[in-house]
Amino acid sequence: MESDEEENQPWIPIWQRPEWSDVTPLPQDDGPNPVVPIAYKDDFTHTMDLFRAVFHSQELSPRSLSLTSEAISLNPGNYTLWQFRRAILEALNVDLHGELDFTEVVAKGNSKNYQLWHHRRWVAEKLGTSATSNELEFTKKILSLDSKHYHAWSHRQWVLQSLGGWEDELNYCDHLLEEDIFNNSAWNQRYFVITRSPILEGLESMRESEVNYAVRAVIARPENESSWRYLRGLYKDDSGSWVNDSQVSSLCLKVLSTKSSSRVFALSTLLDLISYGFQPSQEFRDVVNDLVGSPPGPDSNLAETVCALLEREDPTRANYWRWRRSKLP
Amino acid sequence: MEEFGSFRQVAMEVPFGKTFPVGTDYLKQITIPGILHFAVFWVIQKRNELNTVEGRLLIMGELAAEKHVNYIISVEKKKDSFESVVMEHLRMNGAYWGLTTLDLLGKLHAVDVDEVVSWIISCQHESGGFGGNVGHDPHILYTLSAVQVLALLNKLGVLDIEKVSNYVAGLQNEDGSFSGDEWGEVDTRFSYIAICCLSLLHRLDKINVEKAVKYIVSCKNLDGGFGSTPGGESHAGQIFCCVGALAIMGSLHHVDRDLLGWWLSERQVKSGGLNGRPEKLPDVCYSWWVLSSLIMIDRVHWINKEKLVKFILDCQDTENGGISDRPDDAVDVYHTYFGVAGLSLLEYPGVKAIDPAYALPVDVVNRIFLHT
Repeated sequence: MESDEEENQPWIPIWQRPEWSDVTPLPQDDGPNPVVPIAYKDDFTHTMDLFRAVFHSQELSPRSLSLTSEAISLNPGNYTLWQFRRAILEALNVDLHGELDFTEVVAKGNSKNYQLWHHRRWVAEKLGTSATSNELEFTKKILSLDSKHYHAWSHRQWVLQSLGGWEDELNYCDHLLEEDIFNNSAWNQRYFVITRSPILEGLESMRESEVNYAVRAVIARPENESSWRYLRGLYKDDSGSWVNDSQVSSLCLKVLSTKSSSRVFALSTLLDLISYGFQPSQEFRDVVNDLVGSPPGPDSNLAETVCALLEREDPTRANYWRWRRSKLP
Repeated sequence: MEEFGSFRQVAMEVPFGKTFPVGTDYLKQITIPGILHFAVFWVIQKRNELNTVEGRLLIMGELAAEKHVNYIISVEKKKDSFESVVMEHLRMNGAYWGLTTLDLLGKLHAVDVDEVVSWIISCQHESGGFGGNVGHDPHILYTLSAVQVLALLNKLGVLDIEKVSNYVAGLQNEDGSFSGDEWGEVDTRFSYIAICCLSLLHRLDKINVEKAVKYIVSCKNLDGGFGSTPGGESHAGQIFCCVGALAIMGSLHHVDRDLLGWWLSERQVKSGGLNGRPEKLPDVCYSWWVLSSLIMIDRVHWINKEKLVKFILDCQDTENGGISDRPDDAVDVYHTYFGVAGLSLLEYPGVKAIDPAYALPVDVVNRIFLHT
């Protein structure tokens, strides 16, 4: 960590500072004909030369720690820098709360970086449950900038399972889905919470309220792949209950009856229901035939008609819908 | 559509659904209807020509193979190049992307094999693992790339197979998962890497395969996809890793092919490109991860291949070479590899066949497993 007085002095590159005058920098050895020749920025070259020197001599010192801060800021993807930093932190027994700040600064530059998140997890693991709220806050900050940030979600799931803090998680999912009902990561997290939270009742007990939630989401935006999949997922190993839940079939009917609605997922869900033994009433036949736009033939099979509609409505996946048709009994 | 010669009188369908005769009678009269008919006739003939494979490739654009080869062989020495600054520690990956692309385009002979091999060996550690470059700590990521490049160059013989495979096998955890290195990061990417690597070295027996399978299956989600850890969101990259690992271990029966196949086919967006998760932007690298997964589960016919080819070709920089993540963005070696590999899976002419599980040219994989 830099002292305050340094801020008043003109900035000197690290390799020119007096505290480094005793170190002979080690240049990169690419061999005479580098395989994938890479050009370097000057800053980077000098800083990394210094780093290689202390890495070679395995100098686990405060100045090495500063050096890794500098080098990481230039190239946060370099995993050797992070590993050496951890070795220093362990050797010097540094207060790791400072590392939380450090990683946050690095994340501001580029948060899509495996090394950064792995380092953060290593720190949090060492700090234990005292870090729980920090970690939830940190991931929340990242997610507020990029709500589908894979690393942040992965870290958040790890925090919940290893350190706890489940209390507000379902609310948090609600909040994210209110902002963007299409956020697949938030839907995934919702499923994660209802299936794994130690303070909730579990999937089966929560199924009814979650079905209501999913149904409302579908009605709001019927073209939302995530909400339909979530609804299906609530019946994970229990297709029988899924087929028999009138909420599911009437949802399809409702979407298909609404003129302006996107129909693909409603149609494919209806197709799935029929494949699992659902017996569609005349209402379903009527609404499907309305969509076809011509009266049904005498031997028309509802499932086949649905497949034909899907081929028409979703031409990118025409081959898939044709295959579905071929699979009909 | 019937075949026709230039000026024979035939009936043909026009896009408007009507049929009408075209022939020399009309053309004898230079009238507006005559000209219009000729114009329509010409368009339809072109459309017929373009309905052949070659024709379709013409309208889709072409693969600027030479340009991409040159791009890779001489990555420009620009001092301010951001790519150059960040690539140093993962040069081993860069070598794999670059050299595999060269091989797929039939230009691997441009490389000095001995130099590459000695550089690779210099990246190996006491532990048997490889670092991303000289002087870097070993990691499973670079160990696989090293083995893959040596396989490409038919130089696996330089390895102490026991040493490398012990390093990789040593990274398996109690629950069957794999860590990236001694610092313990766990991710299904590492499961794939370990299994692919050990398989190429014929040493899969060094790990607990059953537990490895069990861990991967624990990462399966309700949409049929896989995440990085149990409960993690399904993501095409992670799916490739899990499906690839299961395929190599002969355990694809754990995959719900129809459900996953449909999820993967839903990755294709209007532009023809593929994304990695619902509601995300398409990216050329998913042309590999989604496509190879579909091929491994035998469902690739569920996407629109032509539209995907067009998307990949649109991501080329046909002037300077290289391929980018989506049209008009900056190119890099990583996306160049995935674009070409994707085209290989789509059987684009002039590109060698690539194995979807090992991500190496089929002839290389055959050499390793069939001793051909």
